[in-house]
Amino acid sequence: MAATATGTNQVVPVGVGGGPRPKNGNGFHGNGGGRGGDDLSFRFSPARYRIGVWMAIGSILMLFVALTSAYIVRSASANDWHPIVMPKVLWLSTTLIIISSITIERARRSLKRNNQAAYGRWLVNTVALGIGFVASQLVAWRQLVRQGVYMAANPYNSFFYLFTAAHGVHLLGGLCALTYLLVRTRKARNTLDGELRRVGAADAVTIYWHFMDVLWIGLFSLLLFWK
Amino acid sequence: MAEATHEEVHRHPAPTGFIRKYIFSIDHKVIGIQYIMLALCAVLVGMIMSVLMRVNLTWPGTHIHIMETLFPQGAPGGVMTPEFYLSLVTMHGTIMVFFVLTTAPQGGFGNYFLPIQIGADDMAFPVLNMMSFWVTFVGFLVILLAIFAEGNATVGGWISKLGESFAGGSGTVGPIGGWTGYAPLSALGKIAGPGQGAGVNLWIISIAIFCVGSLLGALNFITTLLNMRTRGMSLMRMPLTCWAWFTTAILALLSFPVLLGGGILLLLDRIAGTSFFIPGGLYVSGALVPNHAGGSPLLWQHLFWFFGHPEVYIAILPGMGATSHILSTFARKPVFGYRAMVFAIFAIGGLGFFVWGHHMFISGMSPYSAVAFSILTLSIGVPSAIKTFNWLGTLWGAKIRFTTPMLFAIGFVSLFVAGGITGLVLGQTSLDFFFHDTYFVTAHFHLVMGVASIFGMFAATYFWFPKMFGRMMNESIGKLHFWITFIGVYAIFVPFHAMGLLGMPRRYARFDEYEFLKNSKGLVMFVTVAAIITVVAQVLFYFNFFWSMFKGKIAGDNPWEATTLEWSIPSPPPHDNFAGIVPTVYHGAYEFSVPGAPNDFIMQTDGEGIAADISGAGGNGGNGHRH
Repeated sequence: MAATATGTNQVVPVGVGGGPRPKNGNGFHGNGGGRGGDDLSFRFSPARYRIGVWMAIGSILMLFVALTSAYIVRSASANDWHPIVMPKVLWLSTTLIIISSITIERARRSLKRNNQAAYGRWLVNTVALGIGFVASQLVAWRQLVRQGVYMAANPYNSFFYLFTAAHGVHLLGGLCALTYLLVRTRKARNTLDGELRRVGAADAVTIYWHFMDVLWIGLFSLLLFWK
Repeated sequence: MAEATHEEVHRHPAPTGFIRKYIFSIDHKVIGIQYIMLALCAVLVGMIMSVLMRVNLTWPGTHIHIMETLFPQGAPGGVMTPEFYLSLVTMHGTIMVFFVLTTAPQGGFGNYFLPIQIGADDMAFPVLNMMSFWVTFVGFLVILLAIFAEGNATVGGWISKLGESFAGGSGTVGPIGGWTGYAPLSALGKIAGPGQGAGVNLWIISIAIFCVGSLLGALNFITTLLNMRTRGMSLMRMPLTCWAWFTTAILALLSFPVLLGGGILLLLDRIAGTSFFIPGGLYVSGALVPNHAGGSPLLWQHLFWFFGHPEVYIAILPGMGATSHILSTFARKPVFGYRAMVFAIFAIGGLGFFVWGHHMFISGMSPYSAVAFSILTLSIGVPSAIKTFNWLGTLWGAKIRFTTPMLFAIGFVSLFVAGGITGLVLGQTSLDFFFHDTYFVTAHFHLVMGVASIFGMFAATYFWFPKMFGRMMNESIGKLHFWITFIGVYAIFVPFHAMGLLGMPRRYARFDEYEFLKNSKGLVMFVTVAAIITVVAQVLFYFNFFWSMFKGKIAGDNPWEATTLEWSIPSPPPHDNFAGIVPTVYHGAYEFSVPGAPNDFIMQTDGEGIAADISGAGGNGGNGHRH
């Protein structure tokens, strides 16, 4: 374990958050760059996880841009638009997901400071909050169904179920990624490469989770205020 | 420093088992070839459908024996019904656009050559890359299932068990709404006509799956290009092919989610009883549509075309990249105006997001929006012209080597101009009012998006085949294939313009019953004969492709004397492309006929000595040498 810890100490600042970037000229900014040497570490830069997750966010955002423009167009296209009374439990969901954003940020910072125990703890908290969010969303659905509010009854309902479901599917993806990170905390990485990957992945999942939070707040506000 | 601990590097060893090597491979080269093979299968299906359509148009009521066997309901007595014809139109369009024009240029050649050309050992996310292919493959299986779910009563019976909206076996080969699947008819279910039950459901599901596969691929392409360029590979030293694949990936990343969103809404209208696209009071097939009201059919058109227009650039941009690359190589000259070419690619891609309304001029949109869409559409002519003139500038005064890939690249330029010029006609609202839904439109998009893209891919295939399989394709067969195809496609699609001027409508199953089209009979016949000859000529290509794979002349590392990184490594490349070496790039991608240089080309990896020798010479198209 000691070997792992020292290895990690050397590695962690590289490419995490706003830390210094490897000067190999293959990131976002570096063009050209130095030459010479058969530097195999050149083959891997953890920035790819961050770029990848931002690209994923871009495309998910476009999906929701399409759906919300449909929402706005549809709300104006006929007089059959009857907003429902928002289930109170959704405020609980919103609170949970906001807190989970804080906990995952704490996890990321713990990893950055190489505090493995705290990292694992905050991850567990985040997963628990994420599951709580999903449960709370399901409770909201159940309440609505019990009141007889079904998807096809009117377009507002359709969009309500669609938004919550589409967000939920993406959030479940995030939960899977979190679980993966959690499993990874049990398995030490004793190579520089493996460690960079672990940190890069944690970084990417954090960004994604924040996005899920912001996306939910956006959708919830739309459902609340654009009636 | 940290390198000391770095014995265990990020490189997976070459797989040994058959399955991991050739089927569920995470090697971008194998995945690229898988995409190309998928496209080669899909294009066969699409071509057979187009021949069947032509036969029906020319000789309505022909008895085709095999049709009776395969589709006893859709073609009773071997004679196809109008609905069967419409479903052929739909499936031909869908299969060609998605599974040929989107898979081969980007998924196929992009996957194979983008990492090599930027000096990377693989894509950024190899497992994601594998998933993107297999997801796409499942999408293809679902669209094939749609053919039999509607065309065959037995398969239709199985599918029908899934629920009311999955009613199949109606005797078509899929939906009848065209590849655009316009609502509300596509949203109603089987009441809207044959093929509108299981056919549409499977069509939507297939496209949704395809969207997911493309998104995974696009994400991977962008990350790879931004993150994995090798030492010295600055953005402005990249081959134009990489720029084209990069722009295409951005377009895919931003446009496919919109289609996915639209598809989800459409599917919900069909199976969950919602009314996103279905207006109230709809009277279809002699009955009032119950339980739906308030939806907007135009909303589907907006969502579809917001995707649909970038999609046509997704199809053609890689062809443009390959053409620039190949023209420069065989003209032995640098690409004329490299920077302008890069900006033109981005301009075409960017503008492509703001012109979707030109597909909807007759949808009753406000004339002011129509004018805005029209002006934006016509402005795409500017970057397109930049590209065309730069291609011509590249060819100007060159000692051209007329190899098969070069012929196809020149053919691409020709077809792009011939097809693109009618875009200026159709982009004007007043003219579009007449031409909309006529063969003029069909002529336009087949030339510019269909055939030109395919020519780009033919050029790419003949050009890169030696690298992919280590053997040359046969030049004589290749040239014969080129000339028949080149003359053939013009013989098919130029008359389409005349038919459009006559007012011949798209998607009609037969024209012999219309007085005003009586004179077009010869024209229709001519096109059909040309189409059959052209399709048969593709046997030459398939034969050449598979025969050369095993029997072709052995190719060296760099048979075309080209400059980019893929030609600096063995053919076919080793498992991790550069055999553990990180290549260093010193030059731009198109350093041909450099004054003072020992050869007429300088590889991107050629050392600094050469760069120093020629640094005073300039005259190099302005790329490279900018530190």
